[in-house]
Amino acid sequence: MNLALRDVRHNLFRFVLTCLGLSLLMAVVLAMIGIYNGLVADALNIVRAPRAELWVVESGTKGPFAEASKIPGGTRDAVARLHGVADAGSISYQTVETAHAGDPLRLYVIGYEPGRPGGPERIAEGRGIAVSHFEIVADRKTGLSIGDRIRLGRDDFTIVGLVEDVTNSGGDPAAFVTLADAQTLQSQLAPPAQRVQDARGAGLLESADTVAAVIARLEPAADLDDVARNVRQWKHLGAQTQAQQEAILLGSVVDRAKRQIGLFLGILLTVSAVVIALIIYTMTMEKLKQIATLKLIGAPDRTIIGLIVQQSLALGLIGWSFGLLLILLVKDYFPRRVVLEPFNAAVLAGIIIVVCIAASGLGVRAALKVDPATAIGG
Amino acid sequence: MQSLIELSGVSKHFGDGPTRVDALRDVNLTVRQGEVVALLGPSGSGKTTLLNIIGCIVPASAGRVVLDGEAVYDGRWLRRDLRRLRLDKIGFIFQFHNLLPFLNAHDNVALVLTLAGQTAAEAQRRADTLLDYLEVGHRAHSMPAQLSGGEAQRVAIARALANRPRIILADEPTAALDSKRAGIVMDLLRKLAAEQDACIVAVTHDEKIYDRFDRLFHLRDGVLDNQEEFVT
Ligand SMILES: Nc1ncnc2c1ncn2[C@@H]1O[C@H](COP(=O)(O)OP(=O)(O)OP(=O)(O)O)[C@@H](O)[C@H]1O
Ligand SMILES: [Mg+2]
Repeated sequence: MNLALRDVRHNLFRFVLTCLGLSLLMAVVLAMIGIYNGLVADALNIVRAPRAELWVVESGTKGPFAEASKIPGGTRDAVARLHGVADAGSISYQTVETAHAGDPLRLYVIGYEPGRPGGPERIAEGRGIAVSHFEIVADRKTGLSIGDRIRLGRDDFTIVGLVEDVTNSGGDPAAFVTLADAQTLQSQLAPPAQRVQDARGAGLLESADTVAAVIARLEPAADLDDVARNVRQWKHLGAQTQAQQEAILLGSVVDRAKRQIGLFLGILLTVSAVVIALIIYTMTMEKLKQIATLKLIGAPDRTIIGLIVQQSLALGLIGWSFGLLLILLVKDYFPRRVVLEPFNAAVLAGIIIVVCIAASGLGVRAALKVDPATAIGG
Repeated sequence: MQSLIELSGVSKHFGDGPTRVDALRDVNLTVRQGEVVALLGPSGSGKTTLLNIIGCIVPASAGRVVLDGEAVYDGRWLRRDLRRLRLDKIGFIFQFHNLLPFLNAHDNVALVLTLAGQTAAEAQRRADTLLDYLEVGHRAHSMPAQLSGGEAQRVAIARALANRPRIILADEPTAALDSKRAGIVMDLLRKLAAEQDACIVAVTHDEKIYDRFDRLFHLRDGVLDNQEEFVT
């Protein structure tokens, strides 16, 4: 005869309600973990998307994500000719605000040279850019579909393909265009002063042919550090390996956001632990009279401990399971990516089990101390 | 006849100094097999305390307690597993039934049987038999909250008797019942005690059932009047 189960069945409504509350709490914790992971994953995705090995950027800058980087468009040719470089491509990044179907739409426009590194790697739907102007491959999160037309600068672009999970660290979905289109867009959106200079046609403040970075893929036998060193010999250029670029992104660009969410997650976990402990403790306190009766009729301690521990573990694990289920059901409706790894869920389960056992430990202590005589009066 | 309860020089006080309460003073009492005795006395005279000491729920402050030939207390506990002792030898019946609210009538009885080591099937059978015997078999699957006071009390008696204890302690077992039901319950207790060679010590205020007892003991301010009355 399992007393824990019988007691739960007797107070089923209340138990279900408690489980439900706990599930919601667990769902919030898991959502927070997912948001944290999503932030990191988004940040890495954008830097991993071009599958580069080396990032050639403006000297003295940390590259296109951490700060502005501007290098001449001709850099790509020079880099491609370096010993050990297999392939190189120019790339540019800019955030553009436009509108679609009446709603404002922020895009992270990535300009690349078709046929060279930097373009969308996996097209989920439709095709890649096939002509040199006015085609877009966009992230699904833009809400755009194939065939849609949007206006960027003074030109209309057509969506020809869709990709998944390419957003910048701020969550803006990516839109791939040709480098030429991206440069045109840049000059159209440039500050008026520059446009005046441009219109004069004389003495451009800066050449229109600039790019944010050149990414390079190396030959299998090439030494990454050698190539990087060679690039740095051009005084106006800097070079970072893919690993360095990722570290910059995590270490500086999303660092504060990461710590913010991380701290909040810590608080949330603490609050959850306290709430779970409180629920379990009061659950036991309410049963003290029945526990006294059990002692009076001769039930051994292990029966009493079993009753408390089993119930609290059931509560914790049911709360966890339904919380997980809930977040898996709703996570795709979040405006930004929510990434949950099995490992995260397992760690949370571990924490909950520990909290449940610790809290039932408190309850068990009180239960073992209770005097069987208290079962008698009234 | 064999004596099942022997108390000699039992005292009990609660607290110390100015708040000290002497609940029992030098109580000597012997109850033999088959005997049904009543403890009478005004409120606060120490009746419940005496039952608790016999039932090994609280230790005496001084004195010696022998149950079923085994010395269990002599200035200190002589046995460690008091719960096992209670499970095997002592049945409790209270004024309020004290059934576990989350088990139905049948399982409240079966629980003490399984705790004592009986198999589920044996426990089932004995619980059914006992409940039928106490004429609550038809309510076996009701929860305690759904039982009437008398029904619940009879289930509690079934539970107290399930492991065939030799000592049955009852604290105002009939206070929650009308006098007709009270008489029926007492008759039943007597019959069961006789069948199991047990003894019964019951606290009662109910004069109408005095004739159901073999002996009446009076407690006054913790002093047991050994001028026991024999009921004829
Ligand atoms: N746990 C305790 N702590 C302090 N004093 C206690 C305790 N239990 C009982 N007493 C005191 O001991 C005395 C005897 O109490 P007891 O409960 O045995 O009386 P009783 O005869 O059963 O009374 P009633 O008829 O009201 O149930 C009382 O004065 C009571 O206040
Ligand atoms: Mg009393």
